Amino acid sequence: MELPPYATLGQRVWHYTFLVICGLIFFFLIAPILTIIPLSFNAENFFTFTPGMLAFDPDAYSLRHYEDFFTNSQWQAAMWNSIKIAPVATLISVALGTLAAVGLSQSHVPFRRAIMAILISPMIVPLIISAAGMYFFYSRLGMQGTYWGVVLAHAALGIPFVIITVTATLVGFDRSLTRASANLGAGPVRTFFKVQMPLILPGVISGGLFAFITSFDEVVVVLFVGSAGQKTLPWQMFIGLREQISPTILAVATILVILSIMLLTGVELLRRRSEKMRGLSPG
Amino acid sequence: MLDTRSDQAFVSFDRVQKSYDGETLVVKDLNLSIGKGEFLTMLGPSGSGKTTCLMMLAGFETATHGEIRLDGREINNIPPHKRGIGMVFQNYALFPHMTVGENLSFPLEVRKIGKSERETKIKRALDMVQMGDFVGRRPAQLSGGQQQRIALARALVFEPELVLMDEPLGALDKQLRETLQFEITRLAHDLGITVVYVTHDQTEALTMSDRVAVFDDGRIQQLATPDALYETPQNSFVAQFIGENNTLRGTVKTLDKDRCVVTLDGTGEEIDALPVNVKKAGDKTLVSIRPERVEFDPQLGETSHTLDAEVLEFIYMGDVFRTRLRVAGRDDFIVKTRNRADQKRLSPGDKVKIGWLPQDCRALDH
Repeated sequence: MELPPYATLGQRVWHYTFLVICGLIFFFLIAPILTIIPLSFNAENFFTFTPGMLAFDPDAYSLRHYEDFFTNSQWQAAMWNSIKIAPVATLISVALGTLAAVGLSQSHVPFRRAIMAILISPMIVPLIISAAGMYFFYSRLGMQGTYWGVVLAHAALGIPFVIITVTATLVGFDRSLTRASANLGAGPVRTFFKVQMPLILPGVISGGLFAFITSFDEVVVVLFVGSAGQKTLPWQMFIGLREQISPTILAVATILVILSIMLLTGVELLRRRSEKMRGLSPG
Repeated sequence: MLDTRSDQAFVSFDRVQKSYDGETLVVKDLNLSIGKGEFLTMLGPSGSGKTTCLMMLAGFETATHGEIRLDGREINNIPPHKRGIGMVFQNYALFPHMTVGENLSFPLEVRKIGKSERETKIKRALDMVQMGDFVGRRPAQLSGGQQQRIALARALVFEPELVLMDEPLGALDKQLRETLQFEITRLAHDLGITVVYVTHDQTEALTMSDRVAVFDDGRIQQLATPDALYETPQNSFVAQFIGENNTLRGTVKTLDKDRCVVTLDGTGEEIDALPVNVKKAGDKTLVSIRPERVEFDPQLGETSHTLDAEVLEFIYMGDVFRTRLRVAGRDDFIVKTRNRADQKRLSPGDKVKIGWLPQDCRALDH
């Protein structure tokens, strides 16, 4: 971004101020995440940089916290719980959210705005209120403290993300394509899977990613709805902070950050590919 | 206005009505039968109900009242994907995530046609529209005209007997439109398919169709062959909508079987006209005369009367001259004359006499 030659003094001052503000925003967003990465290699049981680490002494660094994460049965149980819960919750969110978005995009559906608002409410209502409500609701159903209880609760939290991203993709969807498909002899199910789904896939994928991360990161609802058997990674991290104060948390956090970056990159590549297929960008 | 040509109509609308909101009728009492192999155009301004009729035939809209028949079978309750009607959409509606070949293969796969037969049919359909080399391209890599050819091939590939076209050439430039108009009519006749074509372009309707149904206000105003529509419009809407037309307001003075005398508003001059849509003396009427049927300074005996006119504008258009005149108090009277060596070029302010044959001057409803 370059200043035009006719910029006034005021514009120049504002230009540089703006750059400083942008830099500060980035710093406050990224610095906390970046500092945990070196700290996770700490050889001591501390949450701070030791003098040895600051002097770049190789002996001050170690992988012991990573070793702890991969050998400690509690951490392992939590990891497997998260791996069992998040993908299933994501699948449910994507399936139901996509269906809802497709249905609500049709103009003949009555009360579509009201229904949409209700479906999106888990995103707006404070999490603690949703969590408390779900606790009482699932208790009545006998699902409190069960695997499916947590999965359904997380799916409900993920659905709004899928609805929003898929609805946004559907705005650009040409309705005459589904008409053309029907005219050529395809029934509604075939039309959905062969014509509509491939074209809204980028939105479905992005929504699925958000739903997955919501479930994988979520700690409040799982505390209410789950029991010891559904202890997820964020829950274990919460316990780790409160009770053990073990830097293993930092190792887990680093792993999660790297996982998130990989996931985002992978999904973005996938999204670009299907957008190319959609004919939006020249192949 | 019933069709007498085909006793067994291939497509028929019987007292069909359509209302979207349950209050106002978009289509009011539509009766229309289309013969097998006929090229019928629904022509009309936007909002006249023509597209709604096409959508009811395709099955995307349901008729509020009445019966729609295809080949003798009532199709009101058959969903669109089971009607087996081909359709070309205004915006082409090609599937962007499929290649041209996959687009054409789609209706064939639905019909569970084997791979080798599919390939033969796809090749034949693409050759019909001269797009044989484009089988592997995606729609985004094609121009508008090419996309419309593919859309046409896709509507024909599964060999439907009835093909609907919803303003298929609306988005193309004039030259491409004329080429495709010719190709569509040629294909339709070669394949013997029945075509229902919707357009708001009257030139397109006149050049392509066997018959044209002129729509306005949810009704068919006139259903006739292109020449009958132009030469003998039955009411003032059709006269105005098809081609260029001059209208003069007046009152019927006397009315015989094939002659009437009309007193023009404004000047009170009296002219002879052919009574088409007037019922009795004293009725208000709009008299319609085509611009190319008006003569300057007519010889006595050629026409039954002459009117005084003043030239307001003279436009040189190459093959024709277009002269705007003030006649009977109106200043939008147009006369078209061929560019002949002896044709006088008028200038604004000139006083002339004009006349026409009484049968070219049609007294219509007001």
